[in-house]
Amino acid sequence: MSNSFWRTLSTHAILICGMIFMSAPVYIAFMSSTHAPETLFNEGLQYWFGGHFFETYNEVLFVEGGVMKKVTASRMLVNSMILGLGFAIGKVVISMSAAYAIVYFRFRLAVPLFWVIFMTLLLPLEVRIVPSYEVVAGLGLLNTHTGLIVPLIASATGTFFFRQFFKSVPEELLEAARLDNAGPLRFLIDILVPLSKTMIAAILIIMFVVGWNQYLWPLIMTTEETSYTIVIGIKQIYQVLSEGGELPQFQKAFALTILATLPPVLVVLVFQNWFVKGLVESEK
Amino acid sequence: MKRVQFERSAVPYFFVAPQILIIVVFFLWPAAQAIYQSFLLEDAFGISSQFVWFRNYEDTILNFAWLQSAGFTIIFSVLVTFFSLAIALLLAVRANEVLHGSSSYKTMLMWAYAVAPPVAGLMGNLMFNPFVGDLYAALNILGWDFNQKLDAFDASFVVILISVWKQVSVNFIFFLSGLQSIPKGVMEAATLDCRSPEKRFWTITFPLLAPTTFFLMVINITYAFFETFGIIDTTTRGAPGGATNTLVYKVYTDGFLGADLGGSSAQSVILMIMVLVLTVFQFRFIERKVHY
Repeated sequence: MSNSFWRTLSTHAILICGMIFMSAPVYIAFMSSTHAPETLFNEGLQYWFGGHFFETYNEVLFVEGGVMKKVTASRMLVNSMILGLGFAIGKVVISMSAAYAIVYFRFRLAVPLFWVIFMTLLLPLEVRIVPSYEVVAGLGLLNTHTGLIVPLIASATGTFFFRQFFKSVPEELLEAARLDNAGPLRFLIDILVPLSKTMIAAILIIMFVVGWNQYLWPLIMTTEETSYTIVIGIKQIYQVLSEGGELPQFQKAFALTILATLPPVLVVLVFQNWFVKGLVESEK
Repeated sequence: MKRVQFERSAVPYFFVAPQILIIVVFFLWPAAQAIYQSFLLEDAFGISSQFVWFRNYEDTILNFAWLQSAGFTIIFSVLVTFFSLAIALLLAVRANEVLHGSSSYKTMLMWAYAVAPPVAGLMGNLMFNPFVGDLYAALNILGWDFNQKLDAFDASFVVILISVWKQVSVNFIFFLSGLQSIPKGVMEAATLDCRSPEKRFWTITFPLLAPTTFFLMVINITYAFFETFGIIDTTTRGAPGGATNTLVYKVYTDGFLGADLGGSSAQSVILMIMVLVLTVFQFRFIERKVHY
């Protein structure tokens, strides 16, 4: 009895320590963002609300020159939203359609094309940074949403995910559809897509977060402030901070980290079950 | 592949075309370019270039900065992988035992997945900032002469701590789902046979989790190699003196900021080979996982 009591106690102690370890940085960042720069500079990090919440966030979100010369954080949030949604939707459409072809059709190039898709796992962006930039620059796509999103959506994870799922769909469905004379497009839209609803939701959630958090690619292919995503804004404010100058605006840096974190975290919290499903299934 | 399929036609090509097209333009062509450029030496103005076989590779591998970076990357990956797996496993095992309030623990431990690496990097950087960072002050009061800007060990400490923090939640989610897929009956039988929870963990649970652990090891090494780019770029940027320069960060600084095309391409190709090895590893373990 006493043994299991101590076990339960230590379990809760460990989990609470874990929670504090995981949450403290974000909590402190938020609390510190609500204070005046002088307070931060003189007293260090803050652990409770200050009186400058509206001032800081208003300046960061809406005032030109608040965080960067031209662009406001709200504009960067919009760019991030476009990237997150475009990435997630693009990835679902493109990988579902490729997986559909590979699973449901007999065609000569099926195997070689499957290996071409597989190759993307071997070629993460990090190993082809400079030539990828050159391609996008050559196509005149720098600083465009297309150039930002399209090169990112072709990787294999989504295709494998849908391929795995389609293989588990009962064969009888296709037989029945063919008896009813349903063509390939009809079968996909009327039967397969409705069946895959949860799968699509799960992958949309996870890919939105992944897309929102993209860093290296936006970093090299957005050169104009107006195309920055909020995560790139983080890099810029870091640069400003490390250059020094007058009183460093730490509260704005903290506010920016909170703004960059909030949307994906909310998505994960609200759609927790789908998110876990999408993560566990798509990585396998 | 299905037993029942649509008959031969041009339709499937239409469905795979978009993905293949993007892959050829944005993956295969740039990769081929990187391989091609890795054999070329450009003059200082980028006007003419000459084919030099493996000289860029020789220059890369024999270069002190590259060796230092490779050494750091290995130590860094091992430490990040070990600590983030160990912490996540401990938390997952305990969270799996909790009867009341387990879902709020789970939520609180997994949401940090959504924080982008550079955001985590900036937050951590500010915590250790000499002006506002209380951790900086606290460590110095405790007698650790802490200075991440000057001291290689301190800089590595900061980068590793943030990288571990960022990765714990992913590992936690996978470990927890691995634990939950162990049949209840097995765990009940184990409880009857063995009263000590520690012994039960090492003899029953841990071996049953082995496939998850192997799989996560590959995922974590890949993370430490590639995705920590954002953390390094918002904390140390490879300083002091290249002591926290990972291989990926070095490719970026040499190729993009330094404009050494041949050298950075050779480094890229070496990284491609590393990814290849990791992927082969991963798929062998996955295959074994299916046989369980």
